[in-house]
Amino acid sequence: MKRLIKTTINGKAFELAVSPNQTLADLLRYELGLTGTKKGCEIGECGSCTVILDGRPVNSCLVLAVRADGSSITTIEGIETDSGMHPIQKAFVEKGAIQCGFCSPGMILSAKALLDKIPSPDEEQIRTAISGNLCRCTGYQKIVEAIASAAHTGVKNE
Amino acid sequence: MNDYNVINKRAPRLDAPDKASGRAKYIDDMTMPGMLYGALLQSPIAHAAIKNIDTEKARKLPGVKAVLTAADVGLVHYGVSPARYDETVFCHDKVRYVGDEVAAVAATDLETAMEAVALIKVDYEELPAVFTMEEALAEGAPLVQERYPGNLCAEVHQEFGNVEEGLRQSDLVRTDVFVNKRQDGAFLEPQGCIADFNRNGFLTLYSSTQVPHYVMRNIAMVLGIPIGKARVVKPYVGGGFGPKAGTNTMELASCFLSKKTGRPVKMNYSREQVFLFSRARHQFRHKLTTGIKKDGTIMALINECHLEGGAYASFGIATVYYAGSLLAAPYKLSNMKYDGYRVYTNRPACGAQRGHGGVAARAAWEQQLDIMAHELGMDPVEFRLKNSMQAGYITCNEFNTSSFGMRECIEAVAGVSGWKDKKGKMPRGKGIGIATGFFVSGAGYPIYRSDTPHSTVIIKLSEDGGTAHLLTGSADIGQGSDTAMAMIAAETLGIGLDSIRVSSGDTEFGVDLGAYSSRQTLMTGHATKQAAEDVKRQVLEVVAEKLKVPASDMDVKSGVVTFKGKEPDFSLLRGSYIKEHRGFTDNPGEQGPLQFREAARIAFLARGSIVGTGKYKPGDLGGSFKGATVGTSPAYGPSAQVVEVTVDMETGQIKVDKMTDAHDCGLAINVTSVEGQMQGSLSMGLGEALFEEVKFDAKGRILNPNFAEYKIPTALDMPNVECIIVESNEPNGPYGAKEVGEGAIMPTIPAILNAVYDATGIRVWELPLTPERVHKAIKDLEKKKE
Repeated sequence: MKRLIKTTINGKAFELAVSPNQTLADLLRYELGLTGTKKGCEIGECGSCTVILDGRPVNSCLVLAVRADGSSITTIEGIETDSGMHPIQKAFVEKGAIQCGFCSPGMILSAKALLDKIPSPDEEQIRTAISGNLCRCTGYQKIVEAIASAAHTGVKNE
Repeated sequence: MNDYNVINKRAPRLDAPDKASGRAKYIDDMTMPGMLYGALLQSPIAHAAIKNIDTEKARKLPGVKAVLTAADVGLVHYGVSPARYDETVFCHDKVRYVGDEVAAVAATDLETAMEAVALIKVDYEELPAVFTMEEALAEGAPLVQERYPGNLCAEVHQEFGNVEEGLRQSDLVRTDVFVNKRQDGAFLEPQGCIADFNRNGFLTLYSSTQVPHYVMRNIAMVLGIPIGKARVVKPYVGGGFGPKAGTNTMELASCFLSKKTGRPVKMNYSREQVFLFSRARHQFRHKLTTGIKKDGTIMALINECHLEGGAYASFGIATVYYAGSLLAAPYKLSNMKYDGYRVYTNRPACGAQRGHGGVAARAAWEQQLDIMAHELGMDPVEFRLKNSMQAGYITCNEFNTSSFGMRECIEAVAGVSGWKDKKGKMPRGKGIGIATGFFVSGAGYPIYRSDTPHSTVIIKLSEDGGTAHLLTGSADIGQGSDTAMAMIAAETLGIGLDSIRVSSGDTEFGVDLGAYSSRQTLMTGHATKQAAEDVKRQVLEVVAEKLKVPASDMDVKSGVVTFKGKEPDFSLLRGSYIKEHRGFTDNPGEQGPLQFREAARIAFLARGSIVGTGKYKPGDLGGSFKGATVGTSPAYGPSAQVVEVTVDMETGQIKVDKMTDAHDCGLAINVTSVEGQMQGSLSMGLGEALFEEVKFDAKGRILNPNFAEYKIPTALDMPNVECIIVESNEPNGPYGAKEVGEGAIMPTIPAILNAVYDATGIRVWELPLTPERVHKAIKDLEKKKE
């Protein structure tokens, strides 16, 4: 039996009929076409499917879609502003933080959740915040640099 | 300093905005009308005879559109190397490892396909299995592949110079045995594909692959269709590192399922299936005997290596050759003997992974040499500088190094890391270590024997002349080759990077052998440069005719046609261009130099589509002995690293504090991407050194097919890397460029091992350096001292 849920995704209200065993990741990807959320392991170990659920970064493969009832979700498709890419996205592009790009959406959302709470994190805080997001390509250095640079830019803008 | 306008600088990746915004389409992000979902039935037993396969219940399940076994798809043998085509799409007489594929299903949705797979009944008769090299090599051991007695997939016996004489002249001779563990590629995107066999008999396979060209050949061969009817398209790929450089079972199964159903069929590996398919780094056991003179001169090396290969050959023949040939450099060495054995076992097949075949060998030898340097009382840096090859040196197995900044790399890391002030001067539990390595810049020969160009590139100008569209079959799997090719094309054409559009990874665009052996910058780069030169020549020829100026007096720089002498009057040409583009907002003004796009438009009007082509094939390289091709390359990229560690003397826990890496990439096309390859290589090496090991139970089942128990470095494990790019200007490379993707991983493990020694006094000969292993070694050393 499907269940009706009400949820806000990227600022837009949805009423959706979801199966009890459907994950949030699958709902986003296969029902709503939000394929920026990636699936790398489906058991909550790689962080590729990270989305922001009520302000917290979560592995959307571990969250049942029914659990999203009444919540607000931000995916990678939802963080661009009217003036284009989010400063974190821009920093990832400029700093060379993206290689294969499969971890990038999750990584960027973990970074966003961090900077929303701590606008000027130190390197240890950045590394801890993304420690649940695996990257096999970059060795993380340029990712950390990008997040630090976005934090710096954000501070300047305020 | 050079006067390049585009290359040798930092450029944001062309694909980065799409990847940052979630727009980039990877295979599982794609869907097609009427698409079916496929699933594989894989063996739960490591070695068993197949007595019967009953698919009736599966076929009858509503929603199932096709069920295929070996009886349906035939037994065409395929693999990576034609000399060892030892795989069929599905097993028919027996299964050889837990995960071996027996059948496939296509259904209207994935759940139904998986349910149908569970309904297929296979009667197995379990056979005795061999899981380790010792078991497989034992007298009378059961055979994994009947065609290969003694479970020997391949063996290599080579001797260069005279090792006996070399050892006789040595003052110090030492033998050590080193063993690493099976690795997993651990790319973030699991393999997946969509096959679309259309009603006109043309097959398109979209696949997460490193090698569209080789996959195209395999699917054409196994399905029995002409190559011209098979096309492989690579969407964005989430990393590969080697395991995606061969054809996988899903790629073939989905093609057959699509052929059978007339509908597109999508298949994906789960993370567990990625581990089961494997094709990643082998386990190597190296027994090395090295002879050195008192002054530090390396005189001889005897290398005996056994590789645990799993149930199929995959890349293994190349791997077993590489495990020998890659020790012939970067040190001057006249006498080298190698005996290599790749052993079949009832485990998933191993294949190629970053630093193919050479990583364990490098770790073993660099640690052994470090010991010998210490025994002679020589500083490890001095020892390495003394023995380093330089450009022009031809190794005993006939690798010709046309550029080789090994000494520069060693000096750079020693200097930047502060080696002199730290080595031997750090407190107990803290240490510093150095190691070196190198890798090929593209395999000198294709995997199948052929005179094919290794790369062909097409560059087509848009009708208005404003955009150059670069078409290549090469595979950007995350390393940034598309951007590098765009930069080479822009530099050569003399236009801006924003005027280049790249389409890649499609066999329709030409031949390119793909992303393996660190080949694309050099090889696809050459073809790209040649295609761009061809385009420029054609455009300038037409301008020469129209303006009555010799083409040799013209060039293109920064998007503008330049003239050697007096600038001719081109106002008529400009007038017609502007007239043609009435209403366009980007017309050139009446003043100002002749723009390339105006010239290109004139060329289009005169000749139609302006299409330039380029191709590249290395010349005849290397020796003529058996196996001489493996390791032969137009260029070699040397690398040196210094690593600093902290070892907890009570727990054996290692923390890598700092890494300094210097790599000679000839010339950095995109500086940011070169650093990215260096940092990524070191991260993978750190993982293999400290954590990574695929573990099995007594039945041959993988115990840790997931990222919780198979640990790769996280952001908290990987320190910052001080990257030093050495540029030696490779004569055989486009603009002097050569590899960076794999050479940089070579020194990582031994630099860590040597740093751990400096911190603790222990030498560890088995990877990974788990706390237990390190703790035990520390305790053993303490006992010995008492």
